[in-house]
Amino acid sequence: MYTEKVIDHFSNPRNMGEIEDADGVGKVGNPACGDVMYLYIKVKDEKISDIKFKTMGCAAAIATSSMITELAKGKPLSEAEKISKADVAEALEGLPPIKMHCSNLAADALHEAIKDYKGKQK
Amino acid sequence: MRKVYLDHAATSPVLEEVIQTTCPYFNELYGNASSLHQFGRKAKEALENAREQVSGALGAEPDEIYFNSGGSESDNQAIIGTFHKKKDQGNHIIISEIEHPAILDSAKYLNERFGAKITLIPVDSEGIVDPNDVQETITKDTILVSIMHANNEIGTIQPIEEIGKILSDHQALFHTDAVQTYGKIPVNVEKLGVDLLSISAHKLGGPKGVGALYIKKETEIDALIHGGGHERKMRSGTENVAGIVGLAKATEIASKNLKKETDRQIQLRDTLIKSILQIEDSWLNGHPTKRLPNNANFGFKYIEGEGILLKLDMKGIAASTGSACSSHSLEPSHVLTAIGLSAEDAHGSLRLTLGPKNTKEDISYAIETVTEVVEQLRSMSPFSKSNPYQVHSDQGH
Repeated sequence: MYTEKVIDHFSNPRNMGEIEDADGVGKVGNPACGDVMYLYIKVKDEKISDIKFKTMGCAAAIATSSMITELAKGKPLSEAEKISKADVAEALEGLPPIKMHCSNLAADALHEAIKDYKGKQK
Repeated sequence: MRKVYLDHAATSPVLEEVIQTTCPYFNELYGNASSLHQFGRKAKEALENAREQVSGALGAEPDEIYFNSGGSESDNQAIIGTFHKKKDQGNHIIISEIEHPAILDSAKYLNERFGAKITLIPVDSEGIVDPNDVQETITKDTILVSIMHANNEIGTIQPIEEIGKILSDHQALFHTDAVQTYGKIPVNVEKLGVDLLSISAHKLGGPKGVGALYIKKETEIDALIHGGGHERKMRSGTENVAGIVGLAKATEIASKNLKKETDRQIQLRDTLIKSILQIEDSWLNGHPTKRLPNNANFGFKYIEGEGILLKLDMKGIAASTGSACSSHSLEPSHVLTAIGLSAEDAHGSLRLTLGPKNTKEDISYAIETVTEVVEQLRSMSPFSKSNPYQVHSDQGH
């Protein structure tokens, strides 16, 4: 069902953890659906200097969380904001159709974290 | 890599003896059991011997056994065949909330296409059907009650005998799906008081694609598969003699070893349960004692089932889950929902089911690995005792 990339990110997730003094936090999902992601970002010079995730969910949920942190780390906010669920799925070399909603969640978590950061700047 | 198969409720490996007994029916004794020549007669003889073996194990008469393609077909015929035969008498069918989809969906089909009235009896938090609920639900229109002997997910064994007594004076037929109990605990049709009973070979070391429906003498239901009139017109189609012989051999082996194997598995199962429950925020789904000797179903807070399964799979352990993420419908298990688990709690479920080849070492390995896997997934999870479940957004699934 899953590509090798998905299995890799599931078994060896990148950037798993919390950031206590995060500049932005995105929390998305519903435990009743079995899918929840927390994404923490640190921003320096308008770039994502650090990023971590915590996820409760299936292999696709964990893999998409891990992948999106890899895609977003070090990127300027303006670029990170554009990362879509399709980018995540592509980077993972594909997700089964029934699991596409997990990549949705990852993209939403990132955008929420950036929104949270911007909100704090005001 | 060490491989430990703990998904026997899903299917079991065919026993070596069964394979040996079955082989000749592919290329030596391959006749059509309906043929007049010696090839046919030999096949017919094997077929009837198999019938005696299976009927003996159930405490039934040989001509009360009807071979078919398995548990699902037996369940379908019990529900749909009864309805079509009895619909002049009434159109009410009673089933439990935790039946196998072959029963639930057959009932749903009858309701949607033929207006059958279906009542779903709830279960308590351990998965037991209260016979009084059945008593109170029966009406003059009830033509069938179907309650599974033991549930495939949580292993809970139902009070079939008691329900049988309640129904003994009523016109309604009483069916039980014994797919998970046949070969594992004593199954006697007279004791249970049933009119119809389903079994399947591949749950007890026989091949997939074969099973049987017990239909009590003088009980009439419709056939589903029409044609050459095989199985006394109840199930047409050239008999799968090889498969049926396999079912009979698996039955013989299971019957011979029943007490010893049951005791052995209960010991292993209880060791497994005791050790796994040492993990924080874990619990057992189903009844603690009225449960199948080989079934252990756990819930773990804060983590998700498919993730558990994949990590176990990477360590060579085969198991299953009631999590939505692993189903096609994105709904959590209807059984776990019926025993009162929240959706969150249903997602973190793990079912381990033992078989005759599982050893003490397998169980130790499973305990160690499950403990490790739960810890790993919990370290990744945003939820914990200090940060309990909350909704953050609703995803358009």
